[in-house]
Amino acid sequence: MNNLIIIPIILPLLVGMILVLFKNKIIFQRVVSLVTLVGMIVVSIYLMNTIKNDGIQTLQLGGWEAPFGIGIVADMFAILLVLTTAVVATCVLLFAFRSIGEDRERHYFYPLFLFLIAGVSGSFLTSDLFNLYVFFEVLLVASYVLISLGGEKRQLRESMTYVVINIISSALFLVGIAYLYTVTGTLSLAHLSSRIAEAGQDYLITTIAILLLLVFAIKAGLFLFYWLPGSYSAPPTAIAAIFAALLTKVGIYAIFRLFTLIFYHQPDVTHVFIGALAALTMILGGIGAIAYSDIHKILTYNVVIGVGFILAGLASFTYDGILGSIHYLMHDMVIKALIFLIGGAIIYITGSSHLKHMSGLIRTHPYLGWMFFIAALSLAGIPPLSGFIGKIFIVKGTFDQSLFWIGAVGLITSLLILYSMMKIFMNAFWGETILDVNEEKGSTKGMLFPIALLTLLTILLGVGAEGIMGYIEIATKALLDSSLYIDAVFNGNPIP
Amino acid sequence: METLLAILIGVLFFSGTYLILSKQLIRVFLGLSLITHGANLLLLMSGGLKGGSPPLISENSSQFTDPLPQALILTAIVINFAITAFLLVLSYQAYKKYQTDDLDQMRRNGNE
Repeated sequence: MNNLIIIPIILPLLVGMILVLFKNKIIFQRVVSLVTLVGMIVVSIYLMNTIKNDGIQTLQLGGWEAPFGIGIVADMFAILLVLTTAVVATCVLLFAFRSIGEDRERHYFYPLFLFLIAGVSGSFLTSDLFNLYVFFEVLLVASYVLISLGGEKRQLRESMTYVVINIISSALFLVGIAYLYTVTGTLSLAHLSSRIAEAGQDYLITTIAILLLLVFAIKAGLFLFYWLPGSYSAPPTAIAAIFAALLTKVGIYAIFRLFTLIFYHQPDVTHVFIGALAALTMILGGIGAIAYSDIHKILTYNVVIGVGFILAGLASFTYDGILGSIHYLMHDMVIKALIFLIGGAIIYITGSSHLKHMSGLIRTHPYLGWMFFIAALSLAGIPPLSGFIGKIFIVKGTFDQSLFWIGAVGLITSLLILYSMMKIFMNAFWGETILDVNEEKGSTKGMLFPIALLTLLTILLGVGAEGIMGYIEIATKALLDSSLYIDAVFNGNPIP
Repeated sequence: METLLAILIGVLFFSGTYLILSKQLIRVFLGLSLITHGANLLLLMSGGLKGGSPPLISENSSQFTDPLPQALILTAIVINFAITAFLLVLSYQAYKKYQTDDLDQMRRNGNE
């Protein structure tokens, strides 16, 4: 029992509720939300070290022992993602102070932002399948409002697609839950894991696993990503950045949790299927990324490629593959927020998202240009930046399992990523400077600080990988050995 | 009874899918509602249908109803209610901006 692990959920939730009352006090809202997120970072780091020393931490809400109560479980994998979420959210929030506009600030931007964070960390920490559904809805409802906040014509249309797609996938999620409850009679993840391990994973359970995989594939943008490019390019930069950094990752987390803890008995069916979807996602995303010359489109297709890459590691289902996936997942959250913020800053300066309308920005904005260059290299996986370490372990994992086609697709896609990012770099930053400083549509004052923070993080995640690798190894071991999770939840009690 | 309910769920999903494929916004939303209702009924069935017994275990009753699916449905219905309200407001706003509720025309207008 550790009461502290519920803090990343209730802190943003409660603060968000309080902030709703102070609609017009913008400075107050800014300060309080920033303090909340920094508090989340501190708590996550503390919990990370507790888990390192004492193992997986659990909290049975209301004192009801598992599997009857609803539990909150923090293993290393979950808490690493909560920490990354809090760090990325802090940077995006700092960017939002300058860019989001007073109108949106007055209309509950900060409370909604905090509700979104509460939903995301709740999804990471819960240990009950239905509770996962509820936290998904918390973050989705917040995202529905954030994506349509402002009510521009384009936003309304794209949010319609987004909402409809997500409602359908939520309905399918409920269907999956109903089937699973009919077959196993429980919804607690640890209990499901032990029951399915006992009774064996027959064809019926594998079918349910594939259904749940499709649900999370829609949410994560794994193969079923056709809604993603439109929806992520409609809202303002800060909101698009937090979506790109967090929302697809929650779906990926759910796939990881279910297919390492519960449905791991038939990897030749489920995990190879995930691998095929991941390879297709990388190919299609790569084609999308090089085909467009609109910054929004290029960046959103890069989000899609990232999803494919992370799940390639899961498909290999080896120690190295999962290790690489976890590192790449953290790197991806940081780097996607970073490139979206830089892209947003470029659009803010030039007033257009099309590469034709920009040129020679490096002369007027050298820092922005070089940080974009670092981000591009990191995204493509050039050592010693953060993308490299994750990629090399994922590729090693797939090769060890003789899944050469997945590894090969991953490596080729990295080249496509590099090409698409260099296209932006060369078009936007090289060439003749066509915009005088006085002609610029907006200034980047105050925007460079969060961008610099994230750039520093991506360098640190790469160069200082030794420091974080110890934690990631603990997370990988816990993911591959489901008995650790089950023992922590049941805490020595007999499993009914 | 189970067979009847299974057929009903199938019909709900079938008509929901049909409605989602149409062009009018309000029909799409009605279709979504139907599909969510189908999912809720499926949840109800997941506990098994036993008529006439309370969701309590007492000394003299031999059978009891599983209360968990009902708690799940209650939660799902509340969430669905909130989202439906949001969707209706969203579609009204879109109608006001685009002056149409036809999805094809919305796409054309948005690209201008």
